Amino acid sequence: MNAGGPAARLHIDWTRCDGRGLCTELLPEALGRDEWGYPVAAPGRVRSGRDATDVPLTGAELAAAMDAENLCPLLALRIIRP
Amino acid sequence: MSAATEIAAMQGGTAAGPAGPRLFAAGAAAGMAAHLAAYGEVPRHGRDWSLAEELEASGLTGRGGAGFGAWRKFAAVDHARRPNRYVPRTGGPVLIANGAEGEPLSFKDASLLHNAPHLVIDGLVAAAAELSAGSVFIYAGAANLAPVAAALAERADARHIALVEAPDTFVAGQASAVVNFLETGRALPRDLAARLAGSGFKGRPTLVHNVETWAHTALVARYGAGWFRTAGTPEDPGTRLVSVTGNVPSEVVLEVPGGAPLDSVLASAGVGSDAVSAVLVGGYHGRWVRPDGVVLSAAAAAGSTPAGGAVRPGAGVLHVLGHGRCGLAATAAMVDYLAGQSARQCGPCMFGLPALADVMGRLAAGTGGPGLVREVERLLALVAGRGACHHPDGTVQLVHSALETFADDVRRHLAGQCQEAAPAGGAVR
Repeated sequence: MNAGGPAARLHIDWTRCDGRGLCTELLPEALGRDEWGYPVAAPGRVRSGRDATDVPLTGAELAAAMDAENLCPLLALRIIRP
Repeated sequence: MSAATEIAAMQGGTAAGPAGPRLFAAGAAAGMAAHLAAYGEVPRHGRDWSLAEELEASGLTGRGGAGFGAWRKFAAVDHARRPNRYVPRTGGPVLIANGAEGEPLSFKDASLLHNAPHLVIDGLVAAAAELSAGSVFIYAGAANLAPVAAALAERADARHIALVEAPDTFVAGQASAVVNFLETGRALPRDLAARLAGSGFKGRPTLVHNVETWAHTALVARYGAGWFRTAGTPEDPGTRLVSVTGNVPSEVVLEVPGGAPLDSVLASAGVGSDAVSAVLVGGYHGRWVRPDGVVLSAAAAAGSTPAGGAVRPGAGVLHVLGHGRCGLAATAAMVDYLAGQSARQCGPCMFGLPALADVMGRLAAGTGGPGLVREVERLLALVAGRGACHHPDGTVQLVHSALETFADDVRRHLAGQCQEAAPAGGAVR
């Protein structure tokens, strides 16, 4: 992450997410899966409480994040641009 | 010096407002006559007067738990309601007085609605006039709506206020859950794309305040910001209601000034400091503290350790843990309750809180191995920040504070012994 903040954030709507895991396959650097299957921000990405739900992304991850947003079967993802 | 006398002493030089208790100045179960006798009419203000500016100058913070400046939400709704060529018109703003009080250890909102319903109504009426509100709701449990209905029947200026019965669940009072319930009949928190102030009930600018915040608003509208600040401290002005429960002579609601020392508040409730092992401040989403030297202040930094001297009062809950009760057992019972109160919408909360409750239960029972604390901390980190509402984060804060405050007990429990006779579940009423 550069000093000027993340290029964008991936917002996870937990009320929709069912842990299908597609996003974690498209964004392996940013997201892992917890023991129940839900996406979890990679440890280095979480600097504040917000980062766990609005996961910071690098510019290089934006294209994959847009795929994840469009392909999530539960429409649980939204890219937030700064 | 008791909290009540402190209020009286600090109000010595002011003319307008009630001396002594502010919110209950009209006495028990006050009807319109007693209400007007105690407070007078809300004065008609000139054009240069603005409730928004008065609220900002007063420093009033929300009394429902989060403790943000009350004027911020007010100003945000005021801004959102103004015609804007980039945003389609959505209808007038919506005002909601939230008295759901799902917190099991809190009963100050019930006490306020039963004894001073007209103050809450006054606050709504004043704000509705200033914001040109389209809809106004009072949301509370059935038992607490009855006195409000009686109060509304006594006055002609509040016919536009609708009463809505809140379900009796912990998360029903969460602001997005309130709006969701009004729209859909399901009191479940929402994932918020926008703030409620901008787009809440049916996309309209929506102002949700705790009922006590509305009552203080009514007093600010009457007597002004300067009077409001004659109680409390510059950082935490005014007074607040607290519900005192646990190992106390009798459970009471007290009105205390901002920045009040915890031990003097407890003394007003008849609790001697030598009888107190620890106090849960702020409720099930609050934190445990040892009361020595601690003051209650909305200005305390979020998550600050009580070593700093100030702790946020949250929803005003003070739950006393007497000597002889085990803080870990009390906390484990609370986490178990909180796990059961998950709205079961968000996976990390739905699965994480029961897992946390299970590990805390083993820690309290003294049946776990040495890796137990590490497992608690792993689960806390896993759950934190991963929900649509504050429920997982509040639970995390409770457990963190328990591990900190009861660190000695944790060591003893890991060694298989509990110093205190631990009645399991002793904390849940």
